[in-house]
Amino acid sequence: MQHQRWLWPCLITALVMTSLLSVSIGPLHISPTTSFNAMLNWASGQELASVAPHEQLVINNVRLPRTLLALAVGAMLAQCGAVMQGLFRNPLADPGIIGVSSGAALGAAVCIVLFPNGGEYLVAFSAFVAGLVTTLIVYRLAASPSGTSVVLLLLSGVAVAALAGAGIGVLTYMADDMALRDLTLWQMGSIAGAQWHYVVLSLLALAVISWQFNHSAKALNALLLGESEARHLGLDVDKLKLKLIVLCAIGVGIAVAATGIIGFIGLVVPHLVRMIVGPDHRLLLPLSAILGAAILMVADIGARSIVAPSELPVGLVTALLGAPFFIILLLKQRNKLV
Amino acid sequence: MLRNLELQSMQKINTTSVQASISQASSTAQQSGQDTVISIENVSVHIGNKTVLNAINLDIKPGQVTALLGPNGAGKSTLLKSLCQEVSLSSGMISVLGKPLAQWDRSQLAKSLAVLPQHASLTFPFKVHEVVQMGLYPLTISQHQGHELVDEQLKKVALSALKHRSYPTLSGGEKQRVQLARVLTQLAQAQRSPILLLDEPTSALDLAQQHRVLELAQSLAHDHNYCVVVVLHDLNQACRYADRLVVLEQGEVVSDGEPHRALTADIIEKVWHYTPTLVIDPKSKLPLIF
Repeated sequence: MQHQRWLWPCLITALVMTSLLSVSIGPLHISPTTSFNAMLNWASGQELASVAPHEQLVINNVRLPRTLLALAVGAMLAQCGAVMQGLFRNPLADPGIIGVSSGAALGAAVCIVLFPNGGEYLVAFSAFVAGLVTTLIVYRLAASPSGTSVVLLLLSGVAVAALAGAGIGVLTYMADDMALRDLTLWQMGSIAGAQWHYVVLSLLALAVISWQFNHSAKALNALLLGESEARHLGLDVDKLKLKLIVLCAIGVGIAVAATGIIGFIGLVVPHLVRMIVGPDHRLLLPLSAILGAAILMVADIGARSIVAPSELPVGLVTALLGAPFFIILLLKQRNKLV
Repeated sequence: MLRNLELQSMQKINTTSVQASISQASSTAQQSGQDTVISIENVSVHIGNKTVLNAINLDIKPGQVTALLGPNGAGKSTLLKSLCQEVSLSSGMISVLGKPLAQWDRSQLAKSLAVLPQHASLTFPFKVHEVVQMGLYPLTISQHQGHELVDEQLKKVALSALKHRSYPTLSGGEKQRVQLARVLTQLAQAQRSPILLLDEPTSALDLAQQHRVLELAQSLAHDHNYCVVVVLHDLNQACRYADRLVVLEQGEVVSDGEPHRALTADIIEKVWHYTPTLVIDPKSKLPLIF
């Protein structure tokens, strides 16, 4: 319990500092103080502090939506990863690895290519439905009353991702130039094109899933005992599983629709938090959200700084950081997996 | 030193512990005397074409340890699972505390009926007290009371010293006691006789741990009016710790009663196809089977 006293303020401070850096760093250099003032102006809707108009414009229309989108998506992916690991009772579950992100990307791709005039909300809805269906398929394939098989989980993830990849390939072949650009962007994951309506949608989704996840944290702990044991504790297991799967599909679906496939946040962040505070979901979920948001913002700062003035897709940066972590995790667990 | 203290405290369980949290349940249950807690009426279970349970009728009373015995495939575990709604009945009815099982709200039933699993593994490294805290799930209790209750149950199973240990690092016996503390926590607010179902609780334990778990089960039944139903394979343990033996064979009850009546050489030979040497322990007057 000792560590929790400093952990919360540390993580919240890190989140605030990272947000400030994320708003400040870019081709147009803006000092953190100016960024802070500009954010105050934006939040109040008045000119409380003096900021050059072009800097205020950049912050209002580019940096702030980008930062807030990274925050919302990072927090959603990390929480969904933690919930999926609990739901599957398996530390290797992650929206990216088990193919849910690919499924959601296929849903989004179907919409953008076949219904180009459908609008962003149709894309988000389609990504959500496809994410939900994919999660249910993977869950059905891998789950048994005693838990989920790691091998089956990863193999079904591979199969689902391959199927979704094939579907995206077909759609890429059919797509026009505009759709092709968007499709490519999704597959690599990027926060560069952040728009306010996605920010609002993502923040709303984050608020809903965080509230509901927090509400289910105690039940999710009980579920880790096993489904039978959870039922004996009076838990409506089927209702809980369905609720969590739908919430994960909402989170991942909207994250994918807004930013494309950003891997490893959902896998790495819950593990990092578990190492510090243990597996209790009442702490794991909110702390994962904070750390996930901070890490995705740092990755996004890296994505726009490493090859400046050009940009790397943020999905590449998280993969570069997350893949080695995943390999270490596999090596540590290989005795259990064979 | 710590371990010795733990063992001493464990031995005191029969006489001194198990008081505060279950006193309410005990006093209410004492008033109900020997009322039937679980009523099994004409219960049959078919799985595919196979009849696993055939027209079982049993009334199970509080304040007793009832052991379900029989060879593999006799239907003991199925009967236990049907008591906790893990198996659907093909016909018949089970009532718990006077109310048909199907009419119970799951979360209300969880306050009165708990199941100790054979093995409980956890994917993530929860601390011992966090596992016991999971037993608080169905209870309406403040956080402070919850912590006190968890401490109390850990003391009861002599695991207070291991409160902050990681569950996966415990021995099989210690894990089983943690699970026992969890289910006792779950039953802390039982309004009438708490019901404890144990499915082969000693299968993964060494000899001393086996006796400790069964001693605790016996103490809960005799001293605190719990209704304990346990599936066992060891006939001597069943004779020693159970007040009533129910012997099953091919889904039917073939013998039912106190140990010396229910477990005769003829029954053992008929059900287990084994000719035993059966003597009566002059001290306890209980059958000893070799």
